[in-house]
Amino acid sequence: MDASIVTSILFATVVAGTPLIIVALGQLVAEKSGVLNLGAEGMMAMGAIAAFAATLHSGSPWLGVLAGMAAGAAMALLFAVVVLSLMGNQVASGLALSILGVGLAAFVGKPYESEVLPTVAAWRIPLLSDIPLLGEALFSHQGLVYFSWALFAGISWFLYRSRPGLVLRAVGESPTSAHAIGYNAIRIRYSATLFGGAMAGIGGAFLSVFYTPLWAEGMVAGRGWIAIALVVFATWRPLRVVLGAYLFGGVMVVQLFVQGSGLEINIPPQLLSALPYLATIVVLVIISRDPNTVRLNAPVSLGKPFRPEG
Amino acid sequence: MLRLERRPEASRAMTYASPLIAVVLMLIGGLLLFAALGKNPLQGFRVFFLYPLSDLYGISELLLKATPLMLCAIGLAIGFRANIWNIGAEGQLIVGAIAASAVALYFYDSAGGPHVLMLMVLAGAVGGMLWAAIPAFLKTRFNTNEILVSLMLVYVAQLLVSWLVHGPMMDPDGFNFPQSRLFEDSALLPLLFDGTRLNIAFLFALGALLAGYVFMHRSFVGFQMQVTGHARDAARYAGFPARRIIWIGLLSGGAMAGLAGMSEVAGPMGQITDHVSNNYGFAAIIVAFVARLNPVGIFFASLLMALLYLGGEQAQQYLNLPSSISSVFQGMLLMFLLGSDVFVNYRIRWRQAVA
Repeated sequence: MDASIVTSILFATVVAGTPLIIVALGQLVAEKSGVLNLGAEGMMAMGAIAAFAATLHSGSPWLGVLAGMAAGAAMALLFAVVVLSLMGNQVASGLALSILGVGLAAFVGKPYESEVLPTVAAWRIPLLSDIPLLGEALFSHQGLVYFSWALFAGISWFLYRSRPGLVLRAVGESPTSAHAIGYNAIRIRYSATLFGGAMAGIGGAFLSVFYTPLWAEGMVAGRGWIAIALVVFATWRPLRVVLGAYLFGGVMVVQLFVQGSGLEINIPPQLLSALPYLATIVVLVIISRDPNTVRLNAPVSLGKPFRPEG
Repeated sequence: MLRLERRPEASRAMTYASPLIAVVLMLIGGLLLFAALGKNPLQGFRVFFLYPLSDLYGISELLLKATPLMLCAIGLAIGFRANIWNIGAEGQLIVGAIAASAVALYFYDSAGGPHVLMLMVLAGAVGGMLWAAIPAFLKTRFNTNEILVSLMLVYVAQLLVSWLVHGPMMDPDGFNFPQSRLFEDSALLPLLFDGTRLNIAFLFALGALLAGYVFMHRSFVGFQMQVTGHARDAARYAGFPARRIIWIGLLSGGAMAGLAGMSEVAGPMGQITDHVSNNYGFAAIIVAFVARLNPVGIFFASLLMALLYLGGEQAQQYLNLPSSISSVFQGMLLMFLLGSDVFVNYRIRWRQAVA
């Protein structure tokens, strides 16, 4: 196989995995605090349209990212009020947030459907990008790709090396105990949920401003749900989230390359496009096969409402 | 300061009042939305909620739109009562529509006869059940989360129908449009009233609501499912068959959604296209919740949801707003409901701040 094809497949895999990493790491933090927000799809859709509109009007993709982040966080705030202050059912509220977000984004996005943004320039990292094969694939990306790596490093450090991270994990395991020793479990869960929403918004911004610089209804195409599945698949560990995201990115990219290669393969394109969704099911089966894998790794209070009494 | 105080026991009155509160809040939210869009809120309200109901044809359209919602929601409610979260009714509806269409196209140009429709009904239900059997099998055998699996299969079903109408099922004389032939009359559901599009699938839906009621409230399995939903440990201790309950919960949702898909292709559409579902599978989730998983409630909640669909179409026509405004209303309704549910278990107390 031609070396340049390997490089371009690797490059595209990293790009396709990036929104999954950003969204899934945000969800990971929220879930570590005990909050299961199934609304990622809706928050991403809102992030995507907000970022697209802001970039179009301001001309700055980074203002777009900020707008996407704010939109995602605002959606997460709505969810947090319902499940944390009003003790709503987390599963149902997350579904509602997905339906609301996707619908609202389609509604506000209607006037933007024919607009196109200029491509955001890549940041080539000096020296590193000159490494043969890998340099081009890893170090000549748009800014948000590097952000996803920084996010991974930051979250790994925060969760496992910092005191606030320890407290956050304690709240996810036993909010009652954390509350008893004086931590405000509700406030911590609010912050973690908002952080998850902000990251989902950035993930959406990546799609509409960096990846394919346009807005189309349904463009998130299940990536929010795949990110949620990814957190389970990764058994709530940041490094595995990143590896899993690239695995999915690879599946998405390989089917695109097969479709675009003009190879004489008699598989309808629609069935190739179904591969990432089927792959999600397969990895979920693999990880859930042993009931202990999920039970031992999931935060104990995940999805359970908590209300400090008294 | 205001404080929430846990009620000694859940309030029955609030259980029924909170969906109504949610509807009122949705209406207020809608008025604000129209105002924010620079439309006259009262005019918006009239176009959205009153225009669709202004004549008998409008009401027949409302019942037509409510039919797939009722079918999907009653099937989902059976599973939801046992905490089985099938959120893939959209995909099951599509596969049911595919299966029913396959029957209709197979008998195309044959003598026809009542067996065609009967086989289509059967194929629709079985198709939906097959699609729901995947999460059921994976959950019972491998403990796999049914939310994510059933949802992933929605995307797969959408791609499947897209492939079929671009390929094997495409109308040979259709100028390459992604749609099948128009079904023959023998493959179309009989209309209930001339001059409308309302067909006998509406009666199926009413029958399904009745059957669902009997199953939930009068059968032992229905009772076992309810106990499983409220207290899984108690159900396990009582020796209720957990796997069978998962199967029933998912298959009932699949069968009803598949039937809904059949009723669309053999009803208002009269063919299969790649837009076979109008998000009915997702809207039905909202219906089931707003209805408190209760068959009578599902009847009224489906009418309300159908009105939101029609209102969206009217808003597109008369107010120049995108029809996706329907899903904004639907999402608001569910969010408000989940929020106002707090008053079922809690009440507000005015309490002095402790010095």
